[in-house]
Amino acid sequence: MIAIQVENLTKRFNGLIAVDNISFSINSGEVFGLLGPNGAGKTTIIAMLSTMLKPTSGSASVNNFDILKNEDDVRKSIGIVFQDQSLDEELTAYENMDFHGRLYRIPKKVRQKKIIELLKLVELENKKNNLVKTFSGGMRRRLEIARGLLHEPKVLFLDEPTLGLDPQTRNRLWEYIEKLNKEKGITVILTTHYMEEADRLCDRMAIIDKGKIIALDTSEKLKEEIGGDVITIKSPERDRLYSKINTLSWVKHAEPHDNSVTISLQNAEKHVDEIVNLASGNGIAIDFISIHKPTLEDVFLHYTGRTIREEESGTKDQMRMMRRMGR
Amino acid sequence: MDIVYTIWLRNMKRYLRSKSRIVGSLGMPVFFLLVLGFGLNSVVSLPGMGQGYIGFIIPGIISMSVLFTSVFSGIQIIWDKQFGFLKETLVAPVSRLEIMLGQTFGGATTSVIQGIIILVLSLFIGLNITSIAGFLVAFVFMLLIGLSFTAFGIAIASKMEDMHGFQLIMNFVIFPIFGLSGALFPIDGLPSWLKSLTMLDPLTYGVEGIRYGLLGTSQINPFFSFVVLTGFTVFMVVLGAYLFRKINV
Repeated sequence: MIAIQVENLTKRFNGLIAVDNISFSINSGEVFGLLGPNGAGKTTIIAMLSTMLKPTSGSASVNNFDILKNEDDVRKSIGIVFQDQSLDEELTAYENMDFHGRLYRIPKKVRQKKIIELLKLVELENKKNNLVKTFSGGMRRRLEIARGLLHEPKVLFLDEPTLGLDPQTRNRLWEYIEKLNKEKGITVILTTHYMEEADRLCDRMAIIDKGKIIALDTSEKLKEEIGGDVITIKSPERDRLYSKINTLSWVKHAEPHDNSVTISLQNAEKHVDEIVNLASGNGIAIDFISIHKPTLEDVFLHYTGRTIREEESGTKDQMRMMRRMGR
Repeated sequence: MDIVYTIWLRNMKRYLRSKSRIVGSLGMPVFFLLVLGFGLNSVVSLPGMGQGYIGFIIPGIISMSVLFTSVFSGIQIIWDKQFGFLKETLVAPVSRLEIMLGQTFGGATTSVIQGIIILVLSLFIGLNITSIAGFLVAFVFMLLIGLSFTAFGIAIASKMEDMHGFQLIMNFVIFPIFGLSGALFPIDGLPSWLKSLTMLDPLTYGVEGIRYGLLGTSQINPFFSFVVLTGFTVFMVVLGAYLFRKINV
């Protein structure tokens, strides 16, 4: 069963391409990640799939309903947690849920029962009559997830679900998401720029950069693609080091970025001394050297030539967090 | 209708919870009523008005209260837009027309309540309601002002990105609508240029209608006022619904 089918989807804003002719499909019951830096086009993809934004060209279906022709059926099939908060702070947790239930025309009896059930699931039942403005960031997120599930959607969209949350809350949210996926069989599509999050939660993921899908597979397969191990060396003479290393026969792939060089190779432990000797033989200082198994971070670097952090406009995150706290 | 009711219900809950807003938005009308009413009562004498200047401006101040509250209720959509709540409503399988109508009825209800509070306060400074029918006439006109100007606020909010333009709208649109409406002065005897501006102002017909209901006299035929104001209300609701349909979040 296919939950989401996307074909040649494109979105332009005033000539600027936000989503560039992408195609992919997601099976039902899958947790699928859209991974990429801020501004890569993840949120735009979600906005189109949730019928909030019309694509410039291309087509897509969610739960076998066309996003252009069967807008209402798509909307009934999906639950969504937006990147920015979308609760009414002047209402209580229960009232926010109730408002949602009424909008989706859930009969009163079912509504009342399900609200309590879901508030229990996200451990907010004893806070149900408190105004949302007294809630912490994590509580608000949990309430939004519970709300998104009220009308029993087949597909749940989570746009940066753990942005700006502390590590503990993040862990708890991950547990909820896993539980939902396993127990209720809900297809989950989440966007994130936290590699760790994608690694932990997603069955498969698409790495998105500048509106294009540059890789799509399971986390293991993506890492295997790079192969073997990764050595990262920091040096003040990066370029000279890079040109020397590039000549070595057992180096599969080397790439300079920031003030370091990243090398992919097999059996890094055996070769690390050769690298050190090569550097000292040429009088190149080494500040730092590390050997590790490839991470998604390396995968992203491999495909884009940049680390995801270089791309991240740290200030944007901070502003969003401040806004959230200020509310 | 259940969706319209849902949006209306949310508006009511928020309104009843914000005591400071209820009291705050009564401040200016009460101030106008007392300062202008008592301040000018002895120097202004209007022919054919038994209740003096105070009696004359009470309907005007009630309209003012309804006008300001309703425009404000409509413009509040911008807050929903900025705080993200509007997305939650727009992504639901409901039509935008239902959302817009719910918001309009919600705004109209709160503004009529504000108007009635002023009306009740006016009873203490000399207003006499002589008949139930008269009160009902006033009520209908209050409701029409409330509906049309909430829709007006929604139309503006659909076009605005944030609250920065709010002062501009208040000073250059809402105050002139109030000032030119004949809420504070009789229309007869105005210079002709001012009179034609007054006759173009939709609020004039609301003020005159309420005045007819509460005082039994008006300078514009109440039936004519009713037709004009109803037409304006229908126009504003259609325009508001049209612009709201195109809103982007």
